[in-house]
Amino acid sequence: MDNSSVVTSLAVESGRRHGRPEFDEHAAFHHLKHLLPAQAPLKDFIHHNTLHAFQEDRFTDALHKAARLFGYKTTLTVHEYRRLFEQGRIRPEIIRRVLMERKGEAQVNDWTNRLLRKRYDSTIVPRIGTLRMHWKREHRIDLDALVHSTLFRVLNSYLDQGIAIWRFPVWDKGFLASIRELQRYAYTGFLHGKRATDLLMDETTTVGRLLDILVGEPALYEQYLFDQQFAHPGWSGLVSAIEENPAALLDHRRITLPELVTFELLLEIDALDRQFPKGWEPLAQGMRHRPQPLFAEVAYAEVDEVRSLWQEAFEWTYHDEALAGLSQNARRPEPPVLAVQALFCIDDRECSFRRHLERIHPGFRTYGTPGHFGVEFYYRPEHGKFNTKVCPAPITPKYLIKEVDKKSRAGKDVHFSQRTHGLVGGWLISQTLGFWSALKLFISIFKPSTGPGTTDSFQHMDQFSSLTVENSDPSDRDGGLQVGFTVAEMATRVDAVLKSIGLVRDFAPIVYVVGHGASSVNNPHYAAYDCGACSGRPGSVNARVFCQMAEHPKVRELLRAKGIDIPQETRFVSALHDTTRDEIVFYDEATLDAPLRALHARHMTVFRDALDLNAQERARRFEAIDQRDSAKEVHDQVRLRSVSLFEPRPELNHATNALCIVGRRELTRGLFLDRRSFLNSYDASIDPDGHYLQGILGAAAPVCGGINLEYFFSRMDNQKLGAGTKLPHNVMGLIGVANGVEGDLRPGLPNQMIEVHDPIRLLMVVEQLPDVVLATIQRVNATYQWFVNEWIHLVVVHPETKAIHRFRDGRFEPYEPLHGSIPRVLESMDVLLGSLENMPVTIIEHA
Amino acid sequence: MERLLPLFVLIPFLGFLISLLVPGRHESALSRIAYYSAGAQFFTLLAFGVLWLLQGAPLLNVKEIVIYRSDGYEFFIDLFFDRVTAVYLLVGSMLTFMITIYSRYYLHREDGYKRFFNTILFFFTGYSITVLSGNFETLFVGWEVLGISSFLLIAFYRDRYLPVKNAVKVFSIYRVGDVGLILAMWASHHLWHENITFMKLHNYELVHHQLASHSAIGIFISLAILVSAAAKSAQLPFSSWLPRAMEGPTPSSAIFYGSLSVHIGVFLLLRTFPFWEHQFVVRVLIAVVGLLTSLMASVTARVQSSVKAQIAYSSIAQIGLIFIEVAAGLELLALVHFAGNAFLRTYQLLVSPSVVTYLIREQFYHFKPREHSFEDTLPKRLEYTLYVLSLKEWNLDTFMYRLLWNPLKHLGRRLDVFNINRSLAVLVPLYLLGIVLLFNAQWSTPQVAHAIPIIAVFIALVLVLRAFTERKHVRRALAMVIMGHFWVVLAISFNEDFDLGHSLIYLSGVVGAGFFAVYAINALRRTERNVDLGRFHGHVYEHPRIALLFLLSALGLAGFPISPTFLGEDLIFSHIHPDQLVLASLVALSFVLNGLALVRIYARVFLGPHVKTYHEVAYRSA
Repeated sequence: MDNSSVVTSLAVESGRRHGRPEFDEHAAFHHLKHLLPAQAPLKDFIHHNTLHAFQEDRFTDALHKAARLFGYKTTLTVHEYRRLFEQGRIRPEIIRRVLMERKGEAQVNDWTNRLLRKRYDSTIVPRIGTLRMHWKREHRIDLDALVHSTLFRVLNSYLDQGIAIWRFPVWDKGFLASIRELQRYAYTGFLHGKRATDLLMDETTTVGRLLDILVGEPALYEQYLFDQQFAHPGWSGLVSAIEENPAALLDHRRITLPELVTFELLLEIDALDRQFPKGWEPLAQGMRHRPQPLFAEVAYAEVDEVRSLWQEAFEWTYHDEALAGLSQNARRPEPPVLAVQALFCIDDRECSFRRHLERIHPGFRTYGTPGHFGVEFYYRPEHGKFNTKVCPAPITPKYLIKEVDKKSRAGKDVHFSQRTHGLVGGWLISQTLGFWSALKLFISIFKPSTGPGTTDSFQHMDQFSSLTVENSDPSDRDGGLQVGFTVAEMATRVDAVLKSIGLVRDFAPIVYVVGHGASSVNNPHYAAYDCGACSGRPGSVNARVFCQMAEHPKVRELLRAKGIDIPQETRFVSALHDTTRDEIVFYDEATLDAPLRALHARHMTVFRDALDLNAQERARRFEAIDQRDSAKEVHDQVRLRSVSLFEPRPELNHATNALCIVGRRELTRGLFLDRRSFLNSYDASIDPDGHYLQGILGAAAPVCGGINLEYFFSRMDNQKLGAGTKLPHNVMGLIGVANGVEGDLRPGLPNQMIEVHDPIRLLMVVEQLPDVVLATIQRVNATYQWFVNEWIHLVVVHPETKAIHRFRDGRFEPYEPLHGSIPRVLESMDVLLGSLENMPVTIIEHA
Repeated sequence: MERLLPLFVLIPFLGFLISLLVPGRHESALSRIAYYSAGAQFFTLLAFGVLWLLQGAPLLNVKEIVIYRSDGYEFFIDLFFDRVTAVYLLVGSMLTFMITIYSRYYLHREDGYKRFFNTILFFFTGYSITVLSGNFETLFVGWEVLGISSFLLIAFYRDRYLPVKNAVKVFSIYRVGDVGLILAMWASHHLWHENITFMKLHNYELVHHQLASHSAIGIFISLAILVSAAAKSAQLPFSSWLPRAMEGPTPSSAIFYGSLSVHIGVFLLLRTFPFWEHQFVVRVLIAVVGLLTSLMASVTARVQSSVKAQIAYSSIAQIGLIFIEVAAGLELLALVHFAGNAFLRTYQLLVSPSVVTYLIREQFYHFKPREHSFEDTLPKRLEYTLYVLSLKEWNLDTFMYRLLWNPLKHLGRRLDVFNINRSLAVLVPLYLLGIVLLFNAQWSTPQVAHAIPIIAVFIALVLVLRAFTERKHVRRALAMVIMGHFWVVLAISFNEDFDLGHSLIYLSGVVGAGFFAVYAINALRRTERNVDLGRFHGHVYEHPRIALLFLLSALGLAGFPISPTFLGEDLIFSHIHPDQLVLASLVALSFVLNGLALVRIYARVFLGPHVKTYHEVAYRSA
């Protein structure tokens, strides 16, 4: 903090020296980068809070501010809320309680009336763009139309990761230097006029100097830059992200946001020079109306309050029901036999899979923990030229795991070949292969199957390869990373995971550790479908590494010293669950001895049956699939989706996520939550001071909160905060998608991923004592911010009494669910038939 | 056998009509109609094709319906079938069949599901008419349908800025192609003194005989055809529209701009080949256009860093080669090349989103820090220049803009002084005077009579130009378009033996369509205050019905083959003498501008980002 303020004040100083006291270039760019979208290139798609820049504000204020400043639609419209109310998806008693709490008893009727009946105008008129608009209004020149197309083209060509055959001819000098070199030697350049060209060639040209020419009044410079960059937030955000993390591009490129801005300002000056050859005045001159400063205070209107009250009622209608479900779900007797334990990712998509496993085989006991299974490292598959991070995004690992003895290689497809784009090659290929394409198209429509264009989660690691897990020689390093973990490092990690989920005794003969990944085709957003805790990669390597660690005799010895006594006969078996295809692959099965292998074979049938049921449960939301077919048939159709070129929804990913429950499985076992909950196992009884809880919340808040809020905002404003419909998307340089060939990049989630999502904030439920939780969250400010600013709702459930306390305004207060009795059914599939909508929370008797 | 030909127009057309009647919520019915139509077309054609081959693949021609007949003039729909038709129809119906099945799932739950399948079927109808057409008039009907369905599909995402802007842009290039075709039709009327059928063009003696005595007009017709073909097939200097057309859902881009639509220019050349076969200069010119295009496009394709633009330029390059093949008389090779290129590009576009998975994996496993491309061996100056030029698409987009629109805009702006109310005071009496003169020819001298048509057309042109650049008043712009039509009629009436019947046919369409267009705008203005032409308004968001009504009226007003004006246009042209190239060009230009002005009004008022922002509205750059 201190450092940056020193830098800032230095920059102000330098600004003053150049006679522009009101414009601090460094601070302006810092501010700009903070607010631009922070999405990395496609291959590293990681969910995050879209409005992360506003996270220091309270949720409601942040939404309001974001809407007024940037024109984002951050809530539903009053009309949409009223429709939800008519459908019974916002309940009157919840509205009443929200109004009691927020407005006081006396005003409840008045405000109910406002919510339900009063007419409001929901028009959003943002402040962004109001300054730069004067070019058009007073000078009759459309700079965006003159500049964007060239700017996007040049940026895309410079950053391109492998689409163009003839790459940017100068690439290793940094962005502006490359442009300069092209402009110097080429007979034609991107700039036409002498003034702009000279400014480009002059390496001392600063953004401030260009703004002197263009705008002419330093007090307006920062606002001008915001207007300019938010006219194409996609490209600006990506450049900013690459500046921060150049390694995000495998084929490195140096570029900074100030370079992009400089180039754009030059293009603007050039366009103006061209349009007005007789000269022109800077923007500030002759501007009749001063626009309001972008970051001036925003006023609240009544409609804003009405919308935030509606939103709160919408959220608590579901949360209240879920809490009622939790408190009415009776503890069930321990399963008669303990046959098997299985660890899964906390991912909401595993929620139903676990339920089906437990239902089919009462001896199954399942646990949830973030899907990197507590091991953080880079992974390099055999023949791979790069390392891939497979742990939560904020962690920077020091370890490398290599794959060796790979048995398979990916296929090739000439349709992606560059030769088809050459003149002669194209001539030959179109007359020969062209007819093959017709056949391939025919097959891919009538009998879809996997091909080289498919993203296949099982390809992440070869099933029969080996991994370099153990490090016995600390000097064994590769590119600054330690290859493998030492025994002590292994034990620490296994110990931490097992204790955090409460698995410290009564080990079953086989403990499965199941990572997850996804498969799809024609899907540039494939990374968003994989495991978030593995930085958007499948969790197979992590599961396997964890198991090999837990199997290690010396690790077991150390664990015993730490109080975890794993019997010698207990084996850990890793697996990967493909959430799109509902398939599972196990690793290192061959090392099981005969009796265990037989046991494992019996478990595999349980897994398979559960996967059929899981596929059937998911298929409820796919209109094209007839649910009345048997589970096996439905499952076949679900598999087909994942390899169908024409299927924009191979799976629905995290759509509908709404809960994160941190506690023992007893709390949720048998409760039908409709795949809407992240489930993190946690046993308060072995963590009285919240040590492990701190780790859990430290990861769960940003990961689950990030997922939840990205879905939230992409759903609220799919145009400005989401990627819009994916059907017209065009892949730009392998780093992003845009509409058509001239559009700005589209960060955020496409419509097909969020259309069934209900935009409600996450409710975090922790099974622990309120005091312990309070002390825990207050220990780390970053975590505390999530809760105290209400970006995530937090309640605790007492481990013994099940009493509920809600966190609000910095303290816990008792909470009584208003929801009456929760419906009960015998079998989970009874709940499901024939509806595309969200299902009520239900208690399943036979679970 | 000939009797079966109309079937191939009727099947898609029927499919189109039925699809209009199905309500939008019945997704599966809509898509089923589409792929049943395409499938029926495909399988009927297969059976037909076998029979046809068994009979020795004869040239088939059938004069279908005579729409209008008077002394020395006959407007009729004529169908023709030869191997060019066979291949185009087969490839077309097969791809449409597969793409409609594909889109059935791909477009699931998309807003505009119905609109999509309506437009695809409309396109398919236009395509079938075009490739089956037996004379220029029939071809022009199909040609117009292709143009308008292209516009509608590019602007499928009509609530965003770029699709709408690009749709108008592409439509304007298509209009340039239309001028070529209109002039070719006009000139060939005079060459043959009839609506010549393509069948007759295969009669070598006939063609040779006519061209021997009228070589200049022959060359003119061929050049007009070449302009049309180049515009439609994205050849130089029109190439830059093709990548910009990739704004719709991927399958529609694949079928239109990857395969069928973009090869229609080639079709036109193949179809008219017997006509220009012996015009050596024309053949060389076609080959040169093809060669230059393929060179330009293949270099441009090399630098494209977005996957769809890359495929677009690769496809343009191949079409350039096909132009050369056609010019060389290698019909069979051209047909094989067309089919192969169409399939290849369609499939490449369809799998284009997979390119991330595939190439990132390639990069991950096979990365070499930097590969030298052969251009690196060029001198630095040449290399960089070539690169920058290719990246800027050889300035073709700006070139088109400057060549076509800037002059028009400047002219139009100059005409801003030309106030409609004041000018009405002049124009109406002037028009009346014209009519009086028309009926009393004895009052004027031959010189005056000779000058009047040109003056009247000039006034028409000024009016549509003014309509095209109007920034504020929608109804004024409409009024000017309608008045333009009237002046054209006056001009032509002076030109020759006055035929009131012909003028009435023409004007009946104008008046009817004009009435509905004004009615639609009035209806809109009852609820919306914010209606002008200075920007896009997106009123279709709240007023889809009014928008549809306006679109239909505008099409009628523009002489689209749903109104008598279409027939009238052809009639009008038959009254322009072969030596009146200026008059013909001016009239053609006024038709083109008229269509553009109307599409612009439609786009500005009804399409683009909605002016009301109570709901999600995309960034302009998105």
